[in-house]
Amino acid sequence: MKADPTAVASGMHFIDGNEACGEGAIAAGCRFVAGYPITPSTEVVEQISRRFPKIGGMFIQMEDEIASSICFQGAVWAGLKAMTVSSGPGISLMMEHVGLAAITECPSVFVNVQRGGPSTGLPTLPAQQDVMQARWGSHGDYEVIAVAPSSPQECFDHVITCFNFAEKYRCPVFFMMDETVGHMLGKVKIPPADEIELVERVYTKRPPGEYLPYKIYEGDQPEMVRVGMGHRIHSTGLTHDERGYPEMNWQAQDKMVRRLCSKINDHVDEISIAQSDEVEGSDVTIVSYGITSRVVAYAVDLVRKQGLKVGRVRLVTLWPFNEKLIKDVAQNTKAIIVAEMNLGQMVHEVERVVAGKVPVHLIDHAGGAMLELDTIIEKIKEVAS
Amino acid sequence: MGTEAEKESSTPAKGQVYIEEDLCKGCSFCVAFCPTDVLAMGGRLNYKGYHLPDIVAPEKCNGCDMCGLYCPDFAIFGVRSKRKKKGE
Amino acid sequence: MSDTPVNPVNDLLRLERMPHIWCGGCGIGTSVNCFARAVAKAEIDHEHLHVVSGIGCTGRVAGYVNVDSFHTTHGRAIPFATGLSLSRPDSKVVVYSGDGDLTAIGGNHLIHAARRNIDMTVICVNNFTYGMTGGQVTPTTPYSAKASTTPYGNYEHTFNLPNLADACGAQFVARWTVYHVRQLTRSMTKALKTKGFSFIEVIAPCPTLYQRRNKLGDGVMALQYYKDQSTIQNGADTADVGLSFQSDIVVGEFVERDNLTFMEGYEKRMKEILGDGFVPYKGAK
Repeated sequence: MKADPTAVASGMHFIDGNEACGEGAIAAGCRFVAGYPITPSTEVVEQISRRFPKIGGMFIQMEDEIASSICFQGAVWAGLKAMTVSSGPGISLMMEHVGLAAITECPSVFVNVQRGGPSTGLPTLPAQQDVMQARWGSHGDYEVIAVAPSSPQECFDHVITCFNFAEKYRCPVFFMMDETVGHMLGKVKIPPADEIELVERVYTKRPPGEYLPYKIYEGDQPEMVRVGMGHRIHSTGLTHDERGYPEMNWQAQDKMVRRLCSKINDHVDEISIAQSDEVEGSDVTIVSYGITSRVVAYAVDLVRKQGLKVGRVRLVTLWPFNEKLIKDVAQNTKAIIVAEMNLGQMVHEVERVVAGKVPVHLIDHAGGAMLELDTIIEKIKEVAS
Repeated sequence: MGTEAEKESSTPAKGQVYIEEDLCKGCSFCVAFCPTDVLAMGGRLNYKGYHLPDIVAPEKCNGCDMCGLYCPDFAIFGVRSKRKKKGE
Repeated sequence: MSDTPVNPVNDLLRLERMPHIWCGGCGIGTSVNCFARAVAKAEIDHEHLHVVSGIGCTGRVAGYVNVDSFHTTHGRAIPFATGLSLSRPDSKVVVYSGDGDLTAIGGNHLIHAARRNIDMTVICVNNFTYGMTGGQVTPTTPYSAKASTTPYGNYEHTFNLPNLADACGAQFVARWTVYHVRQLTRSMTKALKTKGFSFIEVIAPCPTLYQRRNKLGDGVMALQYYKDQSTIQNGADTADVGLSFQSDIVVGEFVERDNLTFMEGYEKRMKEILGDGFVPYKGAK
């Protein structure tokens, strides 16, 4: 399936990441957005609210983020591609509906333009402190997919990736932007619509009476319906059986929760997007993601010119965590540095997977500014020596 | 305040009450609000141990279905007996 | 075809889920009887009826009606229904939930959906308590009534729900008790046919918690109280219909309006400003 040529703003643009994200969502086929103003994400919904009336979309500014995060799920069950957009405090309010999207298997995109926290924190300044929240923020066991862009171009490209993941895996998908990438102006190439590949929702072909909304007929995903198809489905946030009816016992819980997790975890290889270079035989490999990976990329270029053997890994998908990738890195380098704009979140995942095979170091930052180039270079030199 | 029941018309249509005993929870709404006193709580219990209404005066039923409207357990309803209409 | 008569409510129920979880003497099931008949009277085809509930005893209604139905999160049925309603303009979306769910945790959504005039019917079964969690105080629990979290009697001011819905711009507002089954059915039918936001408060007994804790007897005694102390005042000023403990109850249809719905307002404005450049939202059609 290709994007709708009447809606895609094909061409070269000089726009910021937030605007690019809005355009990406439009290109992805998103036609319903519910949101609530919050710095530094607001420009995404401003862009959407300008564009939607001209392309047959609907933006509604809800009374709060709690409402936004479930309103768009109503539109999804109606048959739309839909999303919500927010930042730290708003994302915290949305967490219950991340869980709802997980348990009802509602294809959902949550855009988080990260800012410094906790609480109101740093509304106008960046951070990467919501990485673990994206993974663990709602209660209970479930899995999400999270994607971190590092440029305005990627804000366009990868919000489409998020919509495609949401449709394919029927789970909450986080688009983990941050204040800097959201407000960074850059050249964004929006391709012709026929070059944009979209994953369309597949509705069941089984007739009412035969169809069960949470039964696995083929593959790992239940078959979806939208309302009004005649299947008269029931969807609940309670633990449920294949009919979608509440089932309050450990057996139903075990079956449902394990499937919610395995339908993601069994496909890490297909989901994972990462870039790595010169890891093999390196003295140190630096792992980073999102906007931080751009500073890291420059730092690594500089120290390589000075003759250091430094590997580089950039995670584009943060969740599910690509354990195999990091295990391979640990086999091929002498030490690992994780650089992130928080006091150490993804480093725990790396340490867990590396399991002491090589030393793991952290370059941390409490948020509010980009990591300093010199700090990264110094750390690389210190660890490599 | 007038009663909720339909006023009995001069030629009351005869009706019949149907009870799904397994669904009954013995609240006795049907007994209390049957306008023609067709029902009474009796000593019989259903499989869950709830007291069931008894149909004590079936001849009085006019099929108004007030029991059906009141019953919170969807366990009882009344049906008007079919009357031949002109031209039928 | 067998000639065995069928309970008219069955047409709307997921019979395989019966018996339901509600206690004997609870009024929620009675309201569902009225709803099923109203759906038939309003001639709404079941493929185009969607019921959304929040959490709590009344929140279970969504799970028992045989239409596309959604049992969402606590207090958030209305925003879910907002997304659904806007995206299925050919369907009727009904939010069926309780007083705690809709007016405490969901109060903000209730007032804003009414203000926006989203096309939906909200049926609020008010039993003055949180039944599912064991009988705690709600925004509608009358002054002095006991609840598990007001063991010495409630000391807060309460919501007058018809007045709240009225003040926020609801297009149709009615209140009945589950004693008034015929009138409730008629008002539900009217609400289902109303364009825009309609609100019905249904006063109902919770014999297990509210009635028992306040020594008010069983469900039948509650309905007897509703019968004895209700007065029908259609068109009453909603400011005058507040409730207090075991007080008289004013019931009736209080408000009827015909304002632009959210979608009509949106389309009108966009056509004015964008002209032919405006592409209306068709939802999933």
